[in-house]
Amino acid sequence: MIPELGNFALIVALLMALTQSILPLAGAARNIPSWMSVARPAARAQSLFVAIAFACLAYSFLSNDFSVINVTQHSYSRLPAVYRFTATWGSHEGSLLLWTLILGLWTFAVTLFSRHLPDDMVARVIGVMGLVSCGLLLFMLLTSNPFLRMPMAPDGSDLNPLLQDPGMVIHPPILYMGYVGFSVAFAFALAALISGKLDASWARWSRPWTTAAWSFLTLGIMMGSWWAYYELGWGGWWFWDPTENASLMPWLVGTALIHSLAVTEKRGSFKAWTVLLAIAAFSLSLLGTFLVRSGVLSSVHSFASDPARGLFILAFLAVVIGGSLLLFAFRANQVGLGGRFALVSRESFLMANNILLLTACGSVLLGTLYPLFIDALGLGKISVGPPYFNSVFVPLVLPLLFLVGVGPLARWKQASVPDLVSRLKWGFAASVVVALLLPFTMGAWKPMVAVGYLSALWIVVGVAINVQSRLRSGAGWSANFYGMNLAHLGVAVTVIGITMVSAYESERNVRMNVGDTITLQGYTFRFNGVKHIDGPNYTAERGALEVTRNGNPVTTLYPEKRTYLASGMPFSDSAINYGFTRDLYTALGEPLDGGAWSVRLFHKPFVVWIWIGAVLMALGGVLAISDRRYRAALRKQGRAVA
Amino acid sequence: MKRFLIPLGIFIVLVGFLAVGLKLDPREVPSPLIGKPAPDFNLPLLSDPARHLSPADLRGKVWLFNVWASWCTSCRQEHETLLEISRQGNLPIYGMDYKDQPADALAVLGSMGNPYVETVVDLDGRVGINYGVYGVPESYLIDKNGIIRFKFTGPLSREGFDKKILPLVKELQK
Repeated sequence: MIPELGNFALIVALLMALTQSILPLAGAARNIPSWMSVARPAARAQSLFVAIAFACLAYSFLSNDFSVINVTQHSYSRLPAVYRFTATWGSHEGSLLLWTLILGLWTFAVTLFSRHLPDDMVARVIGVMGLVSCGLLLFMLLTSNPFLRMPMAPDGSDLNPLLQDPGMVIHPPILYMGYVGFSVAFAFALAALISGKLDASWARWSRPWTTAAWSFLTLGIMMGSWWAYYELGWGGWWFWDPTENASLMPWLVGTALIHSLAVTEKRGSFKAWTVLLAIAAFSLSLLGTFLVRSGVLSSVHSFASDPARGLFILAFLAVVIGGSLLLFAFRANQVGLGGRFALVSRESFLMANNILLLTACGSVLLGTLYPLFIDALGLGKISVGPPYFNSVFVPLVLPLLFLVGVGPLARWKQASVPDLVSRLKWGFAASVVVALLLPFTMGAWKPMVAVGYLSALWIVVGVAINVQSRLRSGAGWSANFYGMNLAHLGVAVTVIGITMVSAYESERNVRMNVGDTITLQGYTFRFNGVKHIDGPNYTAERGALEVTRNGNPVTTLYPEKRTYLASGMPFSDSAINYGFTRDLYTALGEPLDGGAWSVRLFHKPFVVWIWIGAVLMALGGVLAISDRRYRAALRKQGRAVA
Repeated sequence: MKRFLIPLGIFIVLVGFLAVGLKLDPREVPSPLIGKPAPDFNLPLLSDPARHLSPADLRGKVWLFNVWASWCTSCRQEHETLLEISRQGNLPIYGMDYKDQPADALAVLGSMGNPYVETVVDLDGRVGINYGVYGVPESYLIDKNGIIRFKFTGPLSREGFDKKILPLVKELQK
């Protein structure tokens, strides 16, 4: 009964989404107010029905309804309740439903916070979002229905052990909030293109939405990276896996978009470019979904692949992205040029920022799709790995970091080079000296570490000078300004984390008998053997590693080697002692003869800085959204229209 | 106008590649061994370690050589397919238990059913190296003259078998 209700709710949601897109878009085109006013109620009903469908699926999982195929394949009667809930989006069908639900949430938010916008704008934005909802709902109903049933199975085959983790409760929803959030900026861009009114107010309306989506995406990627770190048992924090790349690409373009929107709003320049970026950011989110869901690329994350699904998503991509780019091609030349700017100015720095970010995104896209291109051209099978990405990505990021330091200090329109030099010279000199000296404290001087430190310190100096001059000028609180600086500080923190862990991490992969000790970077690990334990849906051998430093106890770590009952799948659960300046990371390998085990030990300096920095970036974004300017501007706009 | 069409152009090329990509299977890896004689081995049988099997014993038959292990979870996915193939009786399947404990392998066959005519045991994985095994499961189709005709990496699906392997088997058996 409940699954049928869910299925029915999906069908109703599809009808609502059709109403939400066709009537308001037609109404805006023909200027029929009554048609346009359908946008908000239809959009709210659409999101409500998707939420009902989602609740029905979650209920089926929680109540162990093994007559639903999706539940049988991804759940298990002895799976703890919280994972039965997260299993709702642990499958291909379920994650699509989550995608659609979150699109519904964003649409709902737009219906709430758009009172100050002109009616035709609202109608078009909601209409465009409705079209995207239609596509997803059709996709689900035609190829990936989560509510398909079969005769009751005795029990389920359990959720993939990798997904049975507290991180999975929150990581996918946050990541999807980011991905899908770009749909709002996309809808605003299309609405502006359709109406032909590409002005500063359009950029001001899009900015908070874009920053919100970007903050979620930053947080989502950070969680994904952290999850891979502690869950995959190899101690790596970024694998250049196609799925990770799929989330990084919209992030890079989204970052470019945030900066380019600032130019469009403040100076009226970059208009066509900003629209293109808004289209690109969401297109890459869709492309990421396609790559992950279609099985075109094999990845550790990808779910069962099915050619019919792949074909549908590809057709959907072609219509949505191709259609928007066609619209762009027809309308972009009507957009006038904005304010002029000199070779050295805030605008030119932001333009360089955009070019670098887009090139970085292009190189990730190329690396991700290169194996596919080569294969499609019949030239053989190859795989592109971290060596490519590291050697291409890092040289692009370094000049970008330089710009993060200097860009915000430059004036709009025209900046004076001597002025910039005089403000930054002492800071630069200090950064160089400290960057050259700091690596010595780690025992080994490495050039890449000095470069990493220099980039990070340079950003810190830039932020400090910027904040200091604002305080000195007596200008009041600006959430936008401090948000930006906080986010830039976050970049510096992440850079330090990446630099340190890449240069100084140490790893031992050893055979340990009970009582054996291994010393790594001053920490002594003593293996106290394994004990058999029984979890709710698994059995495990739990190892005990006593860690001491100079004879003083630090901690005892308990990595586990689990075997899941339903799937028989073995799984290595790492144990980590987190610290501000280092992580101690242990994982059990395979049992060897005579009670010995192969054990992996890592010492990872500063690794948490990578994620702390990402959190700071996201917080900076949140702070910027809270800026009164957006709301004040909106209010003024609202009055002007009323 | 023209320069604003560039993004669309790039996208159309991308879609073209993705469309071709849909038809390709990233798991299907060509092997340099195709068309070459199957590397020789002489390994003990899982069912009776005193007896040995070598590809030479199978001359005159078209057979499927399936590399598996009890620790390999993807192998469980394809187990049902293998059982079906063996029930149909068109193609004998010989297994190689790769880097595994024979007792565990026997336990798996005992509980899930045995699709193999015989399984040989490659304890240290040396024969696996000769066959270029880099992911379990892998399957090789070997013809009457002991030549490898097809290689598949990853779990076999019923559909994949019927489409890609079965027609080849019929042709080779003529």
